[in-house]
Parts: sequence; structure tokens; C-alpha cells
Amino acid sequence: MTMAQKVLARHSGEAAVVPGQLVITEVDLVVMADSVFYKADDRLPTDLKKVSHPERVAVLLDHQVPAPSVKSALAHKRAREHADRLGFRWLADVGRGGIEHQVIIERKLALPGQLVACNDSHTSSAGVLNSAARGLGMADIVQLVCTGKTYYKVSPAVKFRLTGELPFGTYAKDIFLHIAQRFGSQEGHDIEFEGPGLASLSLDSRATLSTMCTELNANFVMFPADQLIMDYVSTVTDRPFEPVTADPDAEYAAVYDIDLGDVRTAVALPDALNKNVVPVGTAAGEKIRIDQAFVGSCANGKLADLEIAAAVVKGRQIADHVRFLVTPASQAVYLEAVKRGYVQTLVEAGAIVTNSTCGACSGGHMGVLGPGEVCITSSTRNYKGRMGSPDARIYMGSSATVAASAVEGFIADPAPYLDGAQRQIGAQA
Amino acid sequence: MNEVAPLTGRAWVFPQDYINTDAMMPRAGYDLPPKQQESLVLSSIRPGWADLVEPGDILVAGRNFGTGSSRPAPTLLRRVGIAGLVCESVAEIFQRNCVSYALPVLECPGCLTMTTEGDTVSLDLETGTFTNVTTGVSRQGPVLPAMLRQTIAAGGAYAMLRAEGYM
Repeated sequence: MTMAQKVLARHSGEAAVVPGQLVITEVDLVVMADSVFYKADDRLPTDLKKVSHPERVAVLLDHQVPAPSVKSALAHKRAREHADRLGFRWLADVGRGGIEHQVIIERKLALPGQLVACNDSHTSSAGVLNSAARGLGMADIVQLVCTGKTYYKVSPAVKFRLTGELPFGTYAKDIFLHIAQRFGSQEGHDIEFEGPGLASLSLDSRATLSTMCTELNANFVMFPADQLIMDYVSTVTDRPFEPVTADPDAEYAAVYDIDLGDVRTAVALPDALNKNVVPVGTAAGEKIRIDQAFVGSCANGKLADLEIAAAVVKGRQIADHVRFLVTPASQAVYLEAVKRGYVQTLVEAGAIVTNSTCGACSGGHMGVLGPGEVCITSSTRNYKGRMGSPDARIYMGSSATVAASAVEGFIADPAPYLDGAQRQIGAQA
Repeated sequence: MNEVAPLTGRAWVFPQDYINTDAMMPRAGYDLPPKQQESLVLSSIRPGWADLVEPGDILVAGRNFGTGSSRPAPTLLRRVGIAGLVCESVAEIFQRNCVSYALPVLECPGCLTMTTEGDTVSLDLETGTFTNVTTGVSRQGPVLPAMLRQTIAAGGAYAMLRAEGYM
């Protein structure tokens, strides 16, 4: 069995599972965002009376924080009321957490070998910690919280085997764009990463990949519990966990080899990511004038992203016609970025650093695009209408590419902005 | 066990692959009055379409329909009048949402080539059969597991949770 198949077998009490099989399982962690708690027929229409395992439930407010409307404020209030009354394990209130997928990793809520569910589609993010994690719909999450059980259809898996090291000036987002262009959609499949190339990728970089694989239409996305991960979770002593490895005879629908040395700075064109990526030089050659640049989201609001963005704009000014928004993935990332001076550098250059929230990435608040506007983002999606008006155009690149574009006012290659001092950043990111 | 009754209705065809849930339920509509929100359903692909749907119509769609966000998009399809959905393939979170929000859904590879918009079509979840009543052509898709068909027949996850005293 593959990693995710083994986690599903363990949690369903089956000796073995096969692709296509439906299994009923308990999970180790259920996360609900504020988005669940709106009083609407398709959210949480009436209050919950009882739940099965409140100690497994975390409420992480992130989609609309701080509340931009009375409707949001009411949802937050209801989330607090449910957490208090039903005794949930934890509620990360406004200012105390951040984007749920970042908080899950930061607070080590998900652990190796565990099964994790959350109402947001980017939940595969926690796969970086060797957890089998994926998003479910809100009704499924509410049902899981109530009954303590849910179901999964066991998926076949594809494997990405990484070798080599990233060239200077390229980042995890560029690896994702490379994969999206070369291999396209992996719908119906889990993804596993392995190989010696992983050793050169930081936790942040790996988490960018585990998050972005949702955009390959993948189900579970699993990374191995290698030394980096085991060291990272070694501080957890209050909860047992058992890392999972794939069986030596595990079957894969496909195994793809990726030499990280082949990755180049790339940009996805508007409306889709899979098979819609061009080299940055091609995009830069078209003189694409931008109105907004965005660094943020669960995928790329990480400390490494703020570090890169700050390095690119240091001592420079954002183009007059550009709004450069930077949204840290968590309040902890924000605080660390303040301590290290990244926030000062960004603000001096003319950027806006917002509080941690899904914000502009989900088009809900804090940077919504108007008709005809052009944005380059390092966030999760570039769907038509994703960040506001359906008539806006959204390009995607690494946080370095976004920052360089913010300075030039046009989609730009970040290479000239990354000098020797930034070589080190590339290694860390 | 309860079964979802077979459905027959007029077909709307969205042949594009990878139609995402942002397109069905744009974020821009979240804070609008219900009627205005409904008019935005799939409007970035076919402006004005939602207003043409009659209750009981059936949507026939392409590959990996409903990819992307986990938002409860099937409820918007239901609200504009779509009674059932058949597609070449369906994205997994969206398929789960169809089940839990009680929108009958059938995967049926080949459904697009056998359907012209406006045809009368029917879907039978119990047997996994999609039939073009107008042309008389039928095709079989994978049968949705019984447990999931029961959830749809029960009116969705919330109806079950209410019956069980959880909400």
C-alpha cells in the first residue's frame, strides 16, 4: 500500500485497502474555519447539540478576519459559542492564529501517520508532516464532528521522485509550476513525494508543494517523515503518532522523475494552472502591466516568502501604479517578519502588510480586484473571478517574481533583483 | 433501503473540462441577495444561463467537474433549478458535496458525446444509467455506493443529523 492507503487502512481497521474501496474511518483531527459557522442552509443552519470527540476538533478563524461585516462577526461569535459549549480542543481567535493550514503545521496539530480533515480544499498542506490530510465539504465536516466518523474512497497514487537542487533564484512555487506544466492534472490520485532532492527543500518549501498539489486536483498529498520532519515534531510529547512509509511493493499509477536543476522561473497565465505555464522571460517579454501584486495565502505567505519579497524590494520603491499586498500566513510569521525587519523593508518600499487571513487569495476582502485589473500573485489559485471581478486577470509566480513585478510595474524576472546575498535565501526557501 | 427516484429532464450541456466551484458559486455573490447570487451561477462561462434554467433540468458536464474550492456549490445548482448532474468525471470534494447536499450526481464517461443541449435525458443512480430519451441511447457509469445514494435519498447530511438529534 501507498502512504495514504496505509493511513486509511489503520484508521478503518482494515488489514489492507485497495483503490476504489470506500472506507469508514475516525480521524485524529478535524479543523473548522469561520466559513462553517454562517447561519445558512448550506453552512451551519442550526446549532450543534452534541459532538462525538470534541478533543479532536480545532476551530481556526481565518477566512474573514478581522470581521469585515456583521455577517462575519456573527459567524465568529457562533464559532466561539460552539467551541466553549461543546469543549473543542482549541479555538484560534482573531490575532491568535492565522491561516488554518499554516497554523496546523506551526502548532503541530497534525502529526506523522495521522488522518486529518478540514473544510478547506487546501488541507493537503498538512501532508508535509506525513499526515494524510484532505479537504471535505462543510456538511461532511459537520457530520464528522457530530458522529466522529466519515468516509473516504481509496485512491491510486502517483509518485514524484525529486533529485538535484533548485537553480539560484527559483523556489518551491516554480517547482509546482514546472509540475503543473509538465504533468498537468492528477485528478483522482493521491501524490507522494520522495527522493534525494527533498533534502534540499525546507519545511516551508515542501509545504508550498503539499498545498499547491490541491491545484493538480490531487486527493491526499504525502511527504516522507524524514529527519527534518521527525526533528520538527520531536517536541510533541502529549500525543502519540506513528509515521507512515509506503510498502516496498506499493503500486503507483505513475512514477515521475523531476530533476530540481531543470526548474526555471515560471509564470502561470490567467484562469488555469495546469498546462498553462510559460517561462518568466516569455511573460516579461509581453510587457504585461499589473495593478496589484500579492504575496500571501496558505501556500506562500510563509516566512521564506516575506524574506524573499523583502530582499527583492529592499532599497527600492514599488511602481507608482501598483498595490503590493503582503499577507503573512500566520500571526507568528508576521511577528517573526517584524523582528527580522522584513515588514519594515516592505512598508518602506510602499507595500501593505496585512494581518494574517485568507483575504485577497479568496477574493473576500483585503485586496479584491476590480474589472479589467491585472494581478500577479503567489497565492493558491488564478481562476477567473477568484480574487474579485470575473473580468480581472490573475497571473501566478513565485514570491520573488511577484515582488520583482511589483517594483517594475510589469511582470518581471526576479533574477536581476537577487544578488549574491540572496543566494542564501534561495537555499533556505 | 431508500433509493433516489430516477430523474428525467431537459439537458443543459457544459462541455468544458475542469469547471471549478468558483465559477458555480463566485465569492462575489456571497453577500448578495439570494436571487442575485443565483444569477451569477456559471455566469463567467455562460452569462445569463441561470435565468434560463427551469426546475427539473439536468446538467451534463465534462471532466473533473467541480474542481477547486470545497464551497457548497451543489446547493447553488439546486437553487437555480438543476435536479441532477451527469458528467464525464466529477471532482472528489464536489462529488461528496453533491451527496451531502442531496444533488443526484452520476459519473458517466461518454455522456457528452451522446447529448445535444435541449434533449430529454434521464439518470438512474441505482443502476448508474444515463439515458438520452430523445435519441434512445443509454450508457452505464460507475454506480454510486449504496451508502451515498441513501444520503441523497434522505435529503442530505443535515437531514440525517437532524433525525439523529445532532442538530
